[in-house]
Amino acid sequence: MEVARHWRQRATRYRLEGQRHVRTGEVRFPARPLTVGEQDGDWEPLRLSGRGEIYSFSVIRQAPDGFESMTPYPVALVRLEEGPLVAAQLTDCVEADLAIGLPVEMVTRQLLDTGADNLLVYGYKFRPRLVATTERL
Amino acid sequence: MMKPQRPVGLVGYGVYVPRYRIAAREIAQLWTDGQGGLPVDAKSVPGPDEDTITMAIEAARNALARADLAAERLSAVWVGSESHPYSVKPSGGIVAEAIGAAPWVSTADFEFACKAGSEALTAAMALVGSGMADYAMAIGADTAQSRPGDALEYTASAGAGALIVGPAELALATLDATVSYVTDTPDFFRRADRPYPVHGNRFTGEPAYFHQISSAAKKLLTDLGKTPQDFTYAVFHQPNAKFPQAVAKRLGFSDAQIAPGLLSPQIGNTYSGAALAGLCATLDVAQPGETIFVTTYGSGAGSDAYALTVTEQVEAARGRAPMTSAYLSRQVFIDYAHYAKWMGKLVMG
Repeated sequence: MEVARHWRQRATRYRLEGQRHVRTGEVRFPARPLTVGEQDGDWEPLRLSGRGEIYSFSVIRQAPDGFESMTPYPVALVRLEEGPLVAAQLTDCVEADLAIGLPVEMVTRQLLDTGADNLLVYGYKFRPRLVATTERL
Repeated sequence: MMKPQRPVGLVGYGVYVPRYRIAAREIAQLWTDGQGGLPVDAKSVPGPDEDTITMAIEAARNALARADLAAERLSAVWVGSESHPYSVKPSGGIVAEAIGAAPWVSTADFEFACKAGSEALTAAMALVGSGMADYAMAIGADTAQSRPGDALEYTASAGAGALIVGPAELALATLDATVSYVTDTPDFFRRADRPYPVHGNRFTGEPAYFHQISSAAKKLLTDLGKTPQDFTYAVFHQPNAKFPQAVAKRLGFSDAQIAPGLLSPQIGNTYSGAALAGLCATLDVAQPGETIFVTTYGSGAGSDAYALTVTEQVEAARGRAPMTSAYLSRQVFIDYAHYAKWMGKLVMG
């Protein structure tokens, strides 16, 4: 069981919570512990908007353990509005729907079912923006 | 009827419907050679990464956006469902954490078949109406189960509705009064650890759905001194296309009054989400000063009825989140094989 590992990531995974530097305004995701030269209070939690666009994408056909039943599934690097680049699964779409620059939005979905006597793991994925999707149809 | 001491209303509402659909005729081809009538045209199907919790989260985010409210201001997040992903571990805790309402919040999972969401709504009216809290969220969400080949398989679908109750003076629609009517009527049930519910066929009609809804609706109308013609719109629980139309007609409501909130022909029965999503769809089109009459239904059995009056706030609020029609129009039809795989209906041995 990896209950603690999943639990620690809940702010990151559920709310797309990153950090903003209190002086420079730099935004980073995910949140990181302090490094050498940084002081307590330099970074504040920041909930990201979840809006961004596809920077690059691929389709997974040989999946890692636990993801086999989902293949083929698209993944992407998403450039968020606030700046950070996030690697994530895409959902509610197929390869033909995708293009570099496509506007996407964050949704919370099941990431992984770790077994009947274990956790359902929830977290962020991205999908083509709902209104944009509707307009294409 | 029950009225809160402090006037309350809805300050936000949000809906969620998955993009996938299966046509009723696709199911009928497999089990009845396509013979016989169909209770709906199609039903919504949750994607392989969706469940009651994920749908509740998106509906809740839409409701918060419409309310233009920080999630930390919610004093309660209550989730009604008969398909909570865990038997023990609250859906409400995950939803509250995801939308940012945790940790200073009351959460609970409600259960009353298809009216679990409206149980939460009545409780939210009481929490705000007593002055204990300013904002409380009630969600109804389900990924309904159905035995392969059973009549329920044509309709048991997936969707969610989320409502935020707040002070009436800030509301986009005031919640004027409610009644609850409950009897022990075993029309539909699922024993613990059983994968699919069973139902009493014709018993699900007259003594169950029609009796509870008619009783609750007539009582609220009588107590308010109103008639069906005094309301602009009406929403009834919708297990199929026929029942809500039939009960509306019996009570004296017209087809036009129920049209905006009648979603079951397109998406089936979203169980705890059904009446709430119907209300949301009605709020999408309602104008200030118009009135809405809502009656929910849950097997087992009981009904909650509500009278609402739409305010001027509705016009600013509704554009802040996707309309119900945006979810209804993004339909992607799947075949029975994908449906069976995604819904866990294949036994892998």
